[in-house]
Amino acid sequence: MIWVDTIIQGVLLGGLYALFAAGLSLVFGIMRLVNLAHGDLIVFGAYLILVVVSVLGLNPFLAAIVAAPVMFVLGWVLQKIVLNRTLGEDILPPLLVTFGLSIVIQNGLLEGFSADSQRISLGALETASVSLGQISLGVMPLLTFASAVAVIVGLNQLFYRTAIGRAFRATSDDPTTASLMGIRPDRVFASATAIAMLVVTIAALYLGTRANFDPNIGPARLIYAFEAVIIGGLGSLWGTLAGGIIIGVAQTLGAAVNPEWQILAGHVAFLIVLLVRPRGLFPRGG
Amino acid sequence: MATPYAVTTRTPASSVAMIFGLILVAVLFAAPAFAGRGTIQDLFFILTMLVLAQFWNLLAGYGGLVSVGQQAFVGLGAYALYGAVILGGIDPVVSILIAGLAALVLAVPTAFFAFRLQGAYFAIGTWVIAEVARLSVAQWRAVGGGTGTSLPRDALREMMLVDWIGEAFDVRASAARDILAYWLALTLAVATIAGIYWLLRTKRGLALAAVRDNTEAARSVGVDAGRMKWVVFLTSAFGTGLAGGMIYLQKARISPDAAFSVTDWTAYVIFIVVIGGIGTIEGPIIGVLVLFLLQSFLADFGTWYLMILGLIGIGVMLFAPRGLWGLISERTGLQLFPVRRRLTGGPLMDKEV
Repeated sequence: MIWVDTIIQGVLLGGLYALFAAGLSLVFGIMRLVNLAHGDLIVFGAYLILVVVSVLGLNPFLAAIVAAPVMFVLGWVLQKIVLNRTLGEDILPPLLVTFGLSIVIQNGLLEGFSADSQRISLGALETASVSLGQISLGVMPLLTFASAVAVIVGLNQLFYRTAIGRAFRATSDDPTTASLMGIRPDRVFASATAIAMLVVTIAALYLGTRANFDPNIGPARLIYAFEAVIIGGLGSLWGTLAGGIIIGVAQTLGAAVNPEWQILAGHVAFLIVLLVRPRGLFPRGG
Repeated sequence: MATPYAVTTRTPASSVAMIFGLILVAVLFAAPAFAGRGTIQDLFFILTMLVLAQFWNLLAGYGGLVSVGQQAFVGLGAYALYGAVILGGIDPVVSILIAGLAALVLAVPTAFFAFRLQGAYFAIGTWVIAEVARLSVAQWRAVGGGTGTSLPRDALREMMLVDWIGEAFDVRASAARDILAYWLALTLAVATIAGIYWLLRTKRGLALAAVRDNTEAARSVGVDAGRMKWVVFLTSAFGTGLAGGMIYLQKARISPDAAFSVTDWTAYVIFIVVIGGIGTIEGPIIGVLVLFLLQSFLADFGTWYLMILGLIGIGVMLFAPRGLWGLISERTGLQLFPVRRRLTGGPLMDKEV
C-alpha cells in the first residue's frame, strides 16, 4: 500500500512540474525560443505574490489574481523590447540573453529579499487532506494537479478555438506568410509570452505555497520543466503533463528508497527516456 | 618573373602580435621572480578562466554547441584529481593529466545523450548531465560526499618541483605551490591558444567554420558535421577537465557544490566570451581582462556585481553581438590570430608593386 501511496504522491507532484513546463512549452512552440530564465521568472512570481500577501494582507489565491496582470504586462514588455530582438536563425542570442536575464533576476531577488527561504502561508489548507480508503491525499497537491489539467485544457482551447490561437499557430508555422495576412509577429510573440507569464503566476502560487523557496531555486525548476517537455515530446501539452508525472513519480520513488536520491532519480528517468525515445513519448507530427 | 600565387593567413599585424605574444609569455614565465604572491594568484585566476573561456568559445563560437554544463567537466576533472591523489597516492601534478582524461572519458556518454538534443535543448541537456554528475559525486564517500574534502598535507608536501621552487625563489612551501600552479596554468593557457589556433588553420578548422556557417551547405561538400561536433566536444571536455584539476589543486579543498557550480564555471565563462567577442581567439583574452577589472572594482558588492555582469552581457548580445573585439576589429580590420585564407602573389600583385 505504501508504494501505491508513493506513486500517487508522485503523480500529483507531476502536476506541479507540468505547470512549470506549460509556459516554457508555449513559448517554445510559438517562437522556438527557449527561455533559460523561465525558472527564475517562476521564483520572481512567487516573491511577487508573497509581497502582495504581506502588503495587502490578501489570501494567496487572491494575491495571485492581483499579481497575474503585473506578470502579464511584464511578459509582454520583456518580449517586445528585449527578446524579440534576439529571434532569428542564430540560436546564440536568445540563449545568452535569457541566461543573462536568469543571473540578473536571481541576484536581484537576492539583493531585495536575501538568501533566506520564504513560504507563502495558507493556514489550515496546507495540511488539509481527503481520505480515499487507506490513502490520504493532500488538498494542495490535488488542487495543483487540477490546476495543471485546467491550464492545459485552457491553453488547448485558446490554440484551437480563438482568433489569437489561430494567429499563434499561423505565426508558429510561418511568420512571413502570417504577416502577409495582417498578423504582426512581434505582437503575437509578445502576447504569447504575456500569456505564458499568466501560467507562470499559477505555477508560482503553488511553488510558493507548497514548499520553501529562495532566490537560487529557479534553475532547478527550469530543469524539471525542460525534462517534462522533452519526455512528453515537443509541442504536446498533454505529453508535457505525462512528462511531469514521470519525473514526479521517479522522484518520489527515488526518495522512498533513499532521500538523497530524489532529484537524481528524476534526472535518471529523463536520461532513460532520452535514450529509448529521443523524440519524446508523444511527438507532434510523427 | 611573376611572384608565384600563394595562399596565406598571415598578416603584418599577426606577425607583430606573434612577437609581442612571445615576449609577453616570456615575461609571464619570469613573473614569480618579481611579482608577489597575491599577483601570482590573480594571474592564476585569469589564466585558468581564460582556458575555460577558450574551450567554451571553441564549443559555442566555432562548434555552434552552446553548453551550459561545462561545470560538469571542471568538477569531474577536479574530483578525478582528488581521487587519484587520495585513493591512488599519485603525485598531484601527474594527477592533472588524469583529471583531463577522466573528463574526456565521461564526455563520451555525455555527448551520446546531449547530441540527441538540438540547439537550445542541447544547452539545458548538458546542464542536466552536470547536475547528475554533481549529485552522483556527492554520493562518493571516499572523497567526502556532499561536504567535500581537502588534499592530504603529505601529498602537498611531497609534490614534485615544490622544494626546488621554494629554494630557487626563497619562499615558503605554500607560496611555492602557488608558483607551480601558476606555471602549469600558464603552460596550459599557451598550449590552449596555440592548439586552438592550429586547429582552426587546419582542414578540420575549415570544416568547422563551414559547419558553423551553414550545416547543410557544409554537408553537401562532404564535411562530416557529426564528427566535427564530437571532435570539438571531446577536445573541450579534455581541456576543461585539465583546468578543473589545476584550479582545485591550487585551492586544495573541494566540495560538490563548488566544483560543479554553474555560476563559477559556466556563467562567468559565458560572460567572458560574450563580452570579449564570441567566435574569435582574441575575444576571450579581452573578456577575461574585463571580467578581472570588473571583479576588482565590484567584488565587494556581491550580488550587484553579478547583476551588472548579467546586464552587460545582455547589452552586448543585443547591441554588439560580436563583443568588444568585434567592435575593434570592425573599426580597424585588425586580426591578431587570422584564420582567413587570402590569395597573394601572381601578376596583379606585381603590377601593384
